[in-house]
Amino acid sequence: MITLTLKEQPEVPIEAEALSPDVVAELGNDELRALPIFFGKRQLRLEEFFEVEGEASEELEIHGDASRVKWLGRGMTRGRLRIVGNAGMHLGAFMKGGSIEVSGNASDWIGAEMSGGLIRIGGNAGGQIGAAYRGSLTGMTAGTIVVEGSAGLEVGMRMKRGIIVVKGMAKDFTGLEMKGGTIILGGAELRTGAWMKRGTIISLTPIPLLPTFAYNCSYNPTFLRIYARELETLGVSLPFEESEGSYELYSGDAAVSRKGELLVWQPAG
Amino acid sequence: MLRITGGKVYDPANDVNGEVRDVCISDGRIVDEVAGADVRTIDAAGMVVFPGGVDVHTHVAGGAINFARAMTPENHRDAAKFIHSPELRAGVGGATPSTFATGYLYAGLGYTTVNEAAVPVLSARHTHEELRDTPLVDKSCCVLMANNELLLDLLEEGETERARHLLAWHLWAAKGYGVKAVNPGGVTAWKWGKNAKILSEPVPGYSKVTPAKIISSLAAMVDELKLPHPLHLHCNNLGAPGNIDTTIETMKVLDGHRAHMAHLQFHSYGGDDWDTLRSESVRLAEFFNEQPNLTADAGAILFGDSVTITADGPWQHLLYQLTGRKWGNLDVENETGCGVVPYTYKGTNMVNAVQWAVGLELLLLIDDPWRIYLTTDHPNGACFWRYPEIIHLLMNADFRRECIDKLPEKALKRIYLPGIDREYTLSEIAIIISAGPARALGMPQKGHLGVGADADVALYNDDPDRERMFGHPRYLLKGGEVVVEEGDIRKMVDGREYIVRPSFDKNIEEYLRPLFEQYYTMSFDNYPVEMERLEGADIRECG
Repeated sequence: MITLTLKEQPEVPIEAEALSPDVVAELGNDELRALPIFFGKRQLRLEEFFEVEGEASEELEIHGDASRVKWLGRGMTRGRLRIVGNAGMHLGAFMKGGSIEVSGNASDWIGAEMSGGLIRIGGNAGGQIGAAYRGSLTGMTAGTIVVEGSAGLEVGMRMKRGIIVVKGMAKDFTGLEMKGGTIILGGAELRTGAWMKRGTIISLTPIPLLPTFAYNCSYNPTFLRIYARELETLGVSLPFEESEGSYELYSGDAAVSRKGELLVWQPAG
Repeated sequence: MLRITGGKVYDPANDVNGEVRDVCISDGRIVDEVAGADVRTIDAAGMVVFPGGVDVHTHVAGGAINFARAMTPENHRDAAKFIHSPELRAGVGGATPSTFATGYLYAGLGYTTVNEAAVPVLSARHTHEELRDTPLVDKSCCVLMANNELLLDLLEEGETERARHLLAWHLWAAKGYGVKAVNPGGVTAWKWGKNAKILSEPVPGYSKVTPAKIISSLAAMVDELKLPHPLHLHCNNLGAPGNIDTTIETMKVLDGHRAHMAHLQFHSYGGDDWDTLRSESVRLAEFFNEQPNLTADAGAILFGDSVTITADGPWQHLLYQLTGRKWGNLDVENETGCGVVPYTYKGTNMVNAVQWAVGLELLLLIDDPWRIYLTTDHPNGACFWRYPEIIHLLMNADFRRECIDKLPEKALKRIYLPGIDREYTLSEIAIIISAGPARALGMPQKGHLGVGADADVALYNDDPDRERMFGHPRYLLKGGEVVVEEGDIRKMVDGREYIVRPSFDKNIEEYLRPLFEQYYTMSFDNYPVEMERLEGADIRECG
């Protein structure tokens, strides 16, 4: 395992897309210390910001408050990246495989346009989780993101496939222009599912609905049993038993399509 | 002074067809002979020597392309990057390259002259500033006039002569080179939420002005003003199934006046709707072959991502409805409109497959290469830096067949391409990428290697892979300076801007001033582009 310890918080955010298991697995520690880190427009060496310990491995651990370190695990395809502390913007963007764990909070754009792999955030996350970058047609196309805390705006914007779980509250525009995939929420603020074309948003508490979502029925979808079992392995519990309650199904967004589904859990009694 | 020796020279304008001969250069021009100790010699053995490429129809500067750049950050992320260096400015390539990158990429193809094909007078100042930042190529631009409401009002009143003065005044105000007509009457109609689909029907808001009248009047005025470039015409009903009838009728309406038919591929379809769309290239080419007053460019498409930009506002709204992608629309006051929609041409899509074939068919079926030129209506059909792919398709019938085999079955019954065996020769390529468009633009100093011509010379390896060959010139000379050497940009030079000064009655300003005060957001005195805005302007007096 390789351990990098952040010496001190940089004055301005640094860009560290070299910090991914794909890159470090092949390098000796001296080469590692020489990896490029962008500090503003200047290209500096990794050792100016991090202490390096351990030996070449597909496991990379970063210690310290890396909330000003951007692009960690960008485009990674394998291995494991663990951040003991916080992570900055664009964590795991374009990721294809492997796993990322953050013990603290993460910032915006985590897992943006990812196409595989797992991201777990122990604390809160920012906005645009698994989203499409500005202008792009599609956001994440596969993979899983689990946030234990709350999340910011536009979670899963334009996502096409994959699963995003936010155990706490998500802010406005969750599932904006969503094209497919699943978002599971502890709750959400305004305009959830705006302009969604397809896909599923599940909320475990009541949420304010857009007028362009129409109530269909209350039921217990069979597919949720399968989802729940899969999610249990990630520490996410999704109720599905009829004895516990049922889901209200709303379809929308009628402003663009009626094929998206919004499921809101209603506990029994 | 410079001598290029040992290369096979292709200079069709001077009937030189692959002869090994020397090309001599002094003071930025081609000369008979150079001598002395300070003559640099380029050994061009194994290379072919072409006059620098000339793009007769492209969109590289101004309001519309800049709108498209701003609308498509996703393309810039994936695009080739130009990193700042002592020689180069930073920039991006991709579907809508940034200004400096546009110059680098054209030079990277061996092109040395480009004609920006659609400039509203209102954004001419912006266009010239971007052209000034487009290095390595000479530039000219065409000014949009077919939906200018002040001009249409004069046509309505039958004041043809005053209309001609107004046209000439606007052309000089914009520091333009030619006159462009886009969907005549249709963009004006778009402001009423309509289009102009029938040439003989009055344009909304007018009783006498029809698209046919606009076309014939503008073509006649351009001829009377003796402009070097004929009316540059984007016909009505672009892209619509069955538009072949409109296109042929347009050619008839021109009645012998000169015109350059832009991106003809988009105007050569049969059928009644998208399901029955088919190629009408044979009918179009047969008719076109009989019209010596006309030139055309292909407007070919290639599969992949593009951004469509045009002054044709109503068409872009339709394209937006068809694709569901993002849509940008600009209203350019009394002059024209503009629409931007990103588009992906797919090889599996029947309509796109037909479009791909039509572009190539026109290039192969129009029998005089001096009258049909290679373009993709950049960035609409494909980016200009993909021209070498089209050259390869034109020069190699076997490769073409391989590509045809990949088209959907449904498309094969609707195209003529599988039955065409013609292969372009190097000399014919030199005509459609350089000599022909230079002649159509009325630029006697461009597109050839005769004595007195500008020393814009491209040297390519004589490589059987024509795509690689034309995508990587070994050397490029611009005005006698070696700007590309061994495939790398070595020297930065600014291009010139060609503009015309047609004669007009000064009193037209007294007519225009009150109209401006009433209808425009810009004051009359601020409207014309000042000469100081142009760098290295080359003025041609006309009329």
